[in-house]
Amino acid sequence: MDLSAISPTLLVASLMVAATPILLAAIGELVVEKSGVLNLGVEGMMIIGAIAGFSAAVSTGSPIIGFICAALGGAALSLVFALLTQFFLSNQVATGLALTLFGLGLSALMGQSYIGIKPPSSVKLDLPVISDIPILGPILFSHDITVYVALALVTGVWWFLKYTRGGLILRAVGESHDAAHALGYKVVKVRILAIMFGGACAGLGGASLSLVRVPQWTEGMTAGAGWIALAIVVFASWKPARALLGAYLFGGVAVLQLNLQAAGISVSVEYLSMSPYVMTIVVLVIMSANRSRSALNAPAALGRVFHASR
Amino acid sequence: MLRLEKRPNPSKTWAYMAPALAVFATMIGGGIMFAALGKDPFEAIRTIFYDPLFSEFAWYYRPQLLVKGAPLILIAIGLSMGFRAGIWNIGAEGQYIIGAICGAGVALAVYPAQSAFIFPTMIFFGALGGFVWAIIPAILKTRFGTNEILVSLMLVYVAEQLLASMSLGLLKNPEGFGFPGSRNLQQYASAHNAELWTGTGIHMGVMFAFIAVIFAYVLLARHQMGFHIRLTGESPKAAKFAGVNPKRLVVYCLGFSGALAGLAGMFEVSGPSGQISIDFNVGYGFTAIIVAFLGRLHPIGILLAGLLMALTYIGGEIAQSSLGLPSAAIQAFQGMLLFFLLALDMLTNFKIRFTSVGSPA
Repeated sequence: MDLSAISPTLLVASLMVAATPILLAAIGELVVEKSGVLNLGVEGMMIIGAIAGFSAAVSTGSPIIGFICAALGGAALSLVFALLTQFFLSNQVATGLALTLFGLGLSALMGQSYIGIKPPSSVKLDLPVISDIPILGPILFSHDITVYVALALVTGVWWFLKYTRGGLILRAVGESHDAAHALGYKVVKVRILAIMFGGACAGLGGASLSLVRVPQWTEGMTAGAGWIALAIVVFASWKPARALLGAYLFGGVAVLQLNLQAAGISVSVEYLSMSPYVMTIVVLVIMSANRSRSALNAPAALGRVFHASR
Repeated sequence: MLRLEKRPNPSKTWAYMAPALAVFATMIGGGIMFAALGKDPFEAIRTIFYDPLFSEFAWYYRPQLLVKGAPLILIAIGLSMGFRAGIWNIGAEGQYIIGAICGAGVALAVYPAQSAFIFPTMIFFGALGGFVWAIIPAILKTRFGTNEILVSLMLVYVAEQLLASMSLGLLKNPEGFGFPGSRNLQQYASAHNAELWTGTGIHMGVMFAFIAVIFAYVLLARHQMGFHIRLTGESPKAAKFAGVNPKRLVVYCLGFSGALAGLAGMFEVSGPSGQISIDFNVGYGFTAIIVAFLGRLHPIGILLAGLLMALTYIGGEIAQSSLGLPSAAIQAFQGMLLFFLLALDMLTNFKIRFTSVGSPA
């Protein structure tokens, strides 16, 4: 094994790319959960975004159109979830699972003719001089555009939830839908918008996986990334900044284990590939063991069905 | 204007009607999807639902119904217990894999010894493997309050990696010319989960599935444990006052469903599949979630739903070869079924009222 082959600068730089899909999905789900809805269909929306973005980018040759289609695809699928949970008052856990199962099937169906194709390469930030600064250049200024979009989204969501009237209404709906309803806020409308935002973000996350991170289409390529995003929301105790930390932590583990594989460590590949999932479990345990802190922050109406009787 | 009004009691009629109507709606929705794929929708639906049962080759497909239905029913029965009590085991796929690894592991450890004790021991270890894999989220939930949905699901991916590691390493067939995968248990008499009656498709796992249905039925209808499960699902507060220990319930429900999923994996690896290989698991653990809901979490309902879902698997395979319908289409089809079911389920708990616009609501 040759550990010196692993460059810390490249490690940090690739960590940010690796974390972006889960970060995008997690920040979307955070908003959804803040509105009191638990959407377990992140995995399904991500993979639909992955194939929608991939196919659009391949057929138009433009990755930007790919990303737009990915967001639209994710939002469209989330609309099914919104319809079922908000109008048909179905169980959110079961509906979210259905969304994931359906999304995995549909994506495999849509992606049949795209296996083995290379997508057009995405736009990379390349500033003269600045991108060439040693260490800081590769870490901060020469990433794919999605990395910055994700960071901007995190900042935007943080600002929206904390400083805007809309954010306040969203949080009120998530804490007590009955009280918010009595105040005259449209609970269902707020929730549908939140669910669609979550879907669009998950779709973008999927596309950043199929267009930037991998970049290729394979069936079931999300491989649990959507579920890890859900875990990150819990880890973050529903705070955007901590979601960023969580996603980078997971990105770090994912990249490190890949680097260790490449460096020829004497542990077999399968056990290294387990590490992000095991890590997720460990982090979840640590977070939930400290019950007072995480419980305080969970939206009080999370997962509860809202039915206005009058 | 349409308005929903909560029923004082869930409607019995709609409880039976909703799944039937959902299947019908899925046929229409699926037909549209198949038409969009450029296939004749009527022919596709006929191939999936009719041909496996009544075509000229039905003698071959009918036993397959039991072979494919048994693991689905076995897993779904276990899951339904937890789902009733609001305990969500989503990781049955992982428990299924571990059950198979443990069961096959026992057989391969004693290979080529022949003894009547080998198969019962494999059954025991298969169940134990699934049980242990499911008890991890149970303990984490009761000790630390960790979300069992996420933990059980993460363990699916861990199990898949373990499966890959086993079929490439520890359990690899030493006479397999370097190909991944274990020895074929079908060629190892003491470990082979053979058909009990030739040509019926009934193997030991099918028998276990029927036993599980009866067991679950009795448990829910007659036993205190079943009462606690139903009570917790319908009114957690009442359950608390009735002295239900929620932690014990979590351990029971997850442990039971894990053991059944492990059994399903064991019977599959020693019978129809024959060997541990990288692509051994085909998603029964996830499809069983649909089966559990389609069967309305009721043992008899699950039996019927499991057979129906097996039918779509077999019909899907036929449609794949005769119509060129992609295999993923049937997966989307199954997901669609769950959507329609969840939507129509509303009718059991709510009444739709037509009110004229402007009238006092």
